[in-house]
Amino acid sequence: MTKEIYHHQGENLPPETQHDQQSISEENLNNYWRANLGLLAKLLSVWFVVSFGCGILLVDWLDQFSFFGFKLGFWFAQQGAIYVFVALIFIYSWRMKVLERRFGVDDDEEHSS
Amino acid sequence: MTTQMLTYLFVGASFILYIGIAIWSRADSTKDFYVAGGGVHPVLNGMATAADWMSAASFISMAGIISFMGRDGAVYLMGWTGGYVLLALLLAPYLRKFGRFTVPDFIGERYYSKTARIVAVVCLIFISFTYVAGQMRGVGIVFSRYLEVDVSTGVIIGMAVVFMYAVLGGMKGITYTQVAQYCVLIFAYMVPAIFISIMITDNPIPQLGFGSEVNDGSGLSVLQKLDGVLMDLGFNAYTEGTKSTIDVFAITAALMFGTAGLPHVLVRFFTVPKVSDARLSAGYALVFIAILYTTAPAVASFARLNLVDTVHNSSYEQAPEWFSNWEQTGLVGWEDKNDDGIMQYSAGSKNEVSIDRDIMVLANPEIANLPGWVIALVAAGGVAAALSTAAGLLLVISSAISHDVLKQTLMPNISEKQELFYARLAAAVAVCIAGLFGIYPPAFVAQVVAFAFGLAAASLFPALLMGIFYKPMNKEGAITGMLVGLIFTFTYIVYFKFVSPEFNSAEYWLFGISPEGIGFIGMLLNIISAYGVSRVTSPPPLNVQNLVDDIRIPAGAGVAHKH
Repeated sequence: MTKEIYHHQGENLPPETQHDQQSISEENLNNYWRANLGLLAKLLSVWFVVSFGCGILLVDWLDQFSFFGFKLGFWFAQQGAIYVFVALIFIYSWRMKVLERRFGVDDDEEHSS
Repeated sequence: MTTQMLTYLFVGASFILYIGIAIWSRADSTKDFYVAGGGVHPVLNGMATAADWMSAASFISMAGIISFMGRDGAVYLMGWTGGYVLLALLLAPYLRKFGRFTVPDFIGERYYSKTARIVAVVCLIFISFTYVAGQMRGVGIVFSRYLEVDVSTGVIIGMAVVFMYAVLGGMKGITYTQVAQYCVLIFAYMVPAIFISIMITDNPIPQLGFGSEVNDGSGLSVLQKLDGVLMDLGFNAYTEGTKSTIDVFAITAALMFGTAGLPHVLVRFFTVPKVSDARLSAGYALVFIAILYTTAPAVASFARLNLVDTVHNSSYEQAPEWFSNWEQTGLVGWEDKNDDGIMQYSAGSKNEVSIDRDIMVLANPEIANLPGWVIALVAAGGVAAALSTAAGLLLVISSAISHDVLKQTLMPNISEKQELFYARLAAAVAVCIAGLFGIYPPAFVAQVVAFAFGLAAASLFPALLMGIFYKPMNKEGAITGMLVGLIFTFTYIVYFKFVSPEFNSAEYWLFGISPEGIGFIGMLLNIISAYGVSRVTSPPPLNVQNLVDDIRIPAGAGVAHKH
């Protein structure tokens, strides 16, 4: 069920039915949006911790540890943060796909056409 | 075959490839011209984004800058990659769902205001031209050193090639050319890096190599040896920072938020078929970028070590061939201060060797004695990096003029055919202006790079972010915010870079933040003032609130939007 299809059907429905469907659909959309915001908060915290945290604020303290021949703080600043960035985007892509299917708002071809 | 001939061959062959792609992928509609028809595969779009993003500065200058900054060079590494996380999570999918042609399109519609659209166009043009000027200088350097043609001739050849595929093909031509350019540039970057990593550490993976032991039997790792060597010469240790923590924080933040607000990067996500593709595509783009960005710090440390080894305390008479080659371009120099005929490299007044940061990548294959074809490859890679970014920038400039200024504001009645004609005309004019920048580089080019990111962070990024995530944001708030961020950041940079450069040091800076990092403060001011103003003015009309609801939902992005 996509919003697009719903809109076209909705125009021909009696007002009260339309209102009913609207509120169900709206609640669904609100839940989807809240789930998205929750996921964003988690992933952006990781984003902040590996770059601004490990790479900048804690870099001198982390440098006392050694990691594959690097000082750990230095490694985060010049290598590690970038690897985590890549992982974050793919995790977000994957989790969002799951969320969208769950709330029926995904953009797969078979649904939207 | 000589290195010279190989270089002509490689660069020439790459040009023929680009022009061939341009002819094959001609644009037939404004949709083709602005967003490549909206049907680019996410992996290909990721490659094109990576080539678009990695400019002459990334390819030629970045490793050199890091090699002189040591650990502080991480501001560029994290700043220019971390922005993609913000792009993929906060902007790209929603802009794709919005589904129009340009970034000012979104600002203009979301804030239901021609003023907002024009403010966005001004930011976009300023940011993009600043950037283009740097690309043209890169093309000039590569041509003058490797092909021994005049810089002006080099720029004109480069512009002719960009003209072919940007004016004919628009976004469609540019996208497929950039895919080819990415392949050329990444191959050209990795081959010498791998060779040098093997040479110094026996480890073929540069990312691991610069943490491995040097194969000279000393038992020290590359970074340990480099720290020791540099401290002996009076420099700071390579793995320790010299900038204040707050400044490193602010610069990294300004570069990250700036990256996410750069129009030529944002517009790339309008070209994929679906919302989920926009997210994936940003991920692929960052993978392709990270290959170069994680190699660069390795190249930086190898190059610095190599340089000290080959130059310091060797006699000028027996100087390696690369030294005299590059001396002619003025990128390296030697002044015999103590008349002993020996080159001393050190920190402070006794130093006799001057080294431009750009040669760390350009001359690296020669310093490491790699074969001629590797050197020719680096030349072709440098040109690819510069041309791909220049083309992407020229396209956003021309579409902002033909679409946002003409079609949407001044001449709403022109047909699609006429709009396409104006888009080509604007691209042609922009190519010529960029060419002039390359031939007569304005003295301020190096000074204004901070502008592009600072202004993007302080103006466009917050307007886009609040437009998606804060529904009550209205036009009064957004316009105030953009202007506050823009004017504050602009004034701060101009003051310290041009008006009173003598005060450009930490004791005079606001909170100890340098002009490079001030865009971060500008961004915060933008958000605060926009929020304040939006609370005391009327909320956006219902149709705009519905638009925000609509872009938050991925479903239905495939439906074409008509203008």
